[in-house]
Parts: sequence; structure tokens; C-alpha cells
Amino acid sequence: MDIKAYIESGILELYVAGVLSEKENKEVYELMLQHSEILQEVLDIESSIVKLTASVSQKTSGVDTFQAIKNQLGFNDNDTKVISIAQPKSNWLTYTGWAASIVLAAGLLWTLNKNNTLKSDIQVAETQQELLETQIENSKSSLEEANTLITVLRDDNITKIPLAGQGNFASTYAKVYWDKTSQRIFLDAQGLPEPPEGKVYQVWSLKLSPLTPTSLGTIDSFTTDANKIFEIENANESEAFGITLEPAGGSETPTMEQLYTLGVVSVS
Amino acid sequence: MQLETLVEKFKQKDEKAFESLYNMYRDSMQGVIYNIVRDNDIAEEVMQDVFIKAWHNASTYSSQKGRFFTWILNIARNAAIDKTRSKAFKKSKQNLDSDFFVDILETSESLDNSTDAIGIKKFVGKLAEKCKAVIELIYFKGYTQLEASKKLDMPIGTIKTRNRNCIKELRNLVLN
Repeated sequence: MDIKAYIESGILELYVAGVLSEKENKEVYELMLQHSEILQEVLDIESSIVKLTASVSQKTSGVDTFQAIKNQLGFNDNDTKVISIAQPKSNWLTYTGWAASIVLAAGLLWTLNKNNTLKSDIQVAETQQELLETQIENSKSSLEEANTLITVLRDDNITKIPLAGQGNFASTYAKVYWDKTSQRIFLDAQGLPEPPEGKVYQVWSLKLSPLTPTSLGTIDSFTTDANKIFEIENANESEAFGITLEPAGGSETPTMEQLYTLGVVSVS
Repeated sequence: MQLETLVEKFKQKDEKAFESLYNMYRDSMQGVIYNIVRDNDIAEEVMQDVFIKAWHNASTYSSQKGRFFTWILNIARNAAIDKTRSKAFKKSKQNLDSDFFVDILETSESLDNSTDAIGIKKFVGKLAEKCKAVIELIYFKGYTQLEASKKLDMPIGTIKTRNRNCIKELRNLVLN
């Protein structure tokens, strides 16, 4: 079969126009499948006719024909319609919603921050208050001690015994105010140095003949006491008072090498 | 997507394929329909009918009987011609002129200035009257060879070769 002559006969143009008989249509279809040139020729003819006819179109703008077709065929595309109408509204809502939530979030953050600042302010104030209360308490007890001391000093019944520095500790000193009726002494240890780590001062009541020391206890609060005045029970008939440096906890008998101060009760 | 695949899907009532085919051929069909009814609103109405009919008859189309374009072109032409035969249409369009499609091309205001449209205008301007008449009858009106040869008072073989030569010219202009 002469393909070229077949194409040139003009039958393919009529095929695309749709004016051939059913038998001719079938013949062309089968030849198209066998010969790619024939198929290509048909495609080209069709394409040019589509363009020619389309150029006559009035292109009625503004009318959505396909939408009308879909509506008539009952295609389920309500979604698109709803969206196209609701879109601007939902956009507006979305933007407003976002804006509102951002403002709210910022507000919450600010409040939270403010709250934290206030909390720490309160904490600072509370600490300051505690500090002041402690100071007041300290002052009160200092005042009480001072008052007690004044009473002691003014009391005629009180015996004053100065303790002098001994040996290597000649530069140290202390004073004992002995209230015999109340069976207590007040030790003014202002003239003693801070005891080294692990050591404490121990106060002794002494009988002189024979020399008999009796422990009145250790001064555990030496470092922390501001006034360095210590009230100590003393029921002994003391003839002298001495202070030695002992290992923490105190000793049974005084360590004489570490005797700091010593003073004899003057017989009045 | 391949045209064959689209058509196959369309036959299986695939809405997306249908829409694609509609978009491919709507302007062409609008041109054919408008050329027959010469009224935008009526053309619009016929357009809808054509594609609705195509959808309902999708399963009857067979590529062995012809091209898909040819199939829908036939539906469009027949629907438009049916419209012109209706009583209501005859009443309102008493003086329907018998101008060819070329008159529409030459007078149309809405025709855009795309390259294709300009090319076709040029081509149409150069076309001999015999070409205009043959194309009008064969493609826009769906005349058979015999009907066209009678209408134009030409031997049947002449219609075929003249049409071939006219389309050749068209192709050179719009496809190259």
C-alpha cells in the first residue's frame, strides 16, 4: 500500500471532520495503528482544526460553564464552592485569631515575669527582715548581758579577781566576778586569744593547800560570743581561778604547760 | 497525561479526566457552536448540553469509530443545528445570516491577540473563497463530501483534494 498516496488523497482530513462512513472510519483507525506516519498526519490535522475552530470562539468571560455542567451532573464539589465563599472570612478569622493569641501569649509572659520578679522581691524583703530581727535579738541579748554585768559590777557582794598572764602567755589576762550568794562567776575573757582549732579554754577552781583543781567546764562558745563574758556555775569554796588550753572536750586535770592565766582570791 | 489515557478514564466516568478534556476542547466547541447559532447565551446553553450529553454517553465512545475530538465535534454540531431548528430559536432569529466562520473572525471584538488568533486571521484573509466555503461546510457544519459537492456544485473528488490543500495551508500557518 502506498502510504504517501493514501495521505495525499485527503481522506484523513475527512476522517477528522467526522464525515466518513463507519466502514471508512474503521479502515483509517487500523491503518493508524499500523503506520505511525498516518497517525502523525491525523494528529496534525486534528490539532490545526482544534485551533481554527477555537479561534472562532467568543470566549464568554465571566460565565463558568464547567461549573454549571458539574452542577447539572450533580458532581460532588460542594467543598470547592464552600471554600471559595468562606475563604476570605476564615482568613480574616485566622489572622485575628493569631494576632489575639500572640497578644495573649505576650501578656501571659509579661505577667509571669512580673510575678517572678515580685516573688524574688518578697524573698529579698523576708531575708532582710530576718536579718534585722536577728540583729535586734542579738542587741537585746547583748543589752541583757550588759545590764547583768552592770548589776554585777555594782553589787558589793561580788568579788573581783583579776587573772594574770602566766609564763609564755604573760600578755594575756582575764577577770572573774564571783557572786558567792548566787554561786556563779562571770568570766571576762576579753584578754585571751582565739583558741586554735581543736582546742578549748577550760576554767578551773583551785584550792591552794594542797593544790586541788576542780573543773568549772570548758568555754565552747568562746569564738562565737561577742562580749567574751561567760556566766559559769561555781559552788566551790574557791581560793584561786585558772584558765588552761585543753583539747576539745576538756581534760580531767589541767595541763599546766598550757596555763594561760591565774588569779588568787584575795582574802578580805 | 496522554490523550488516550484521558479518554479511557473519561469512559470510566472519571470527573478529573472529563474536566481535562473539557478544557482541551471547550474553545473549539464554543467556536463551532457559536458559528452555527450566532448568539452567546444560546451557545452557552448548547455548550452545557453538549458536555452533559458527552458525559452521559461516555461509554458509547469507541476509538475505532473515530477520534475523540471528532466524536465531541459531532455532538456539538448536531446539538447546535438542532437548536436552530427549534421553534423558539426560529422565532428569535428570523434573519439569521448565512455568513461563514470567517466573518466572525473578521468582526469579532472579543477575539484575543494571541499568536494563534493572529495567525489564523492572516490565513483566513489569504484564503480563497473556495477554501473558506469548503472548511465551513466540512468542519463547522459537518457536511459529507456528497452534500458539499452538491452545495458548492463541484465534483466529489475535487472537494476531497481541495480540502486537503486548504488544511495543508492551515497547518503550515498554525502548527509551524
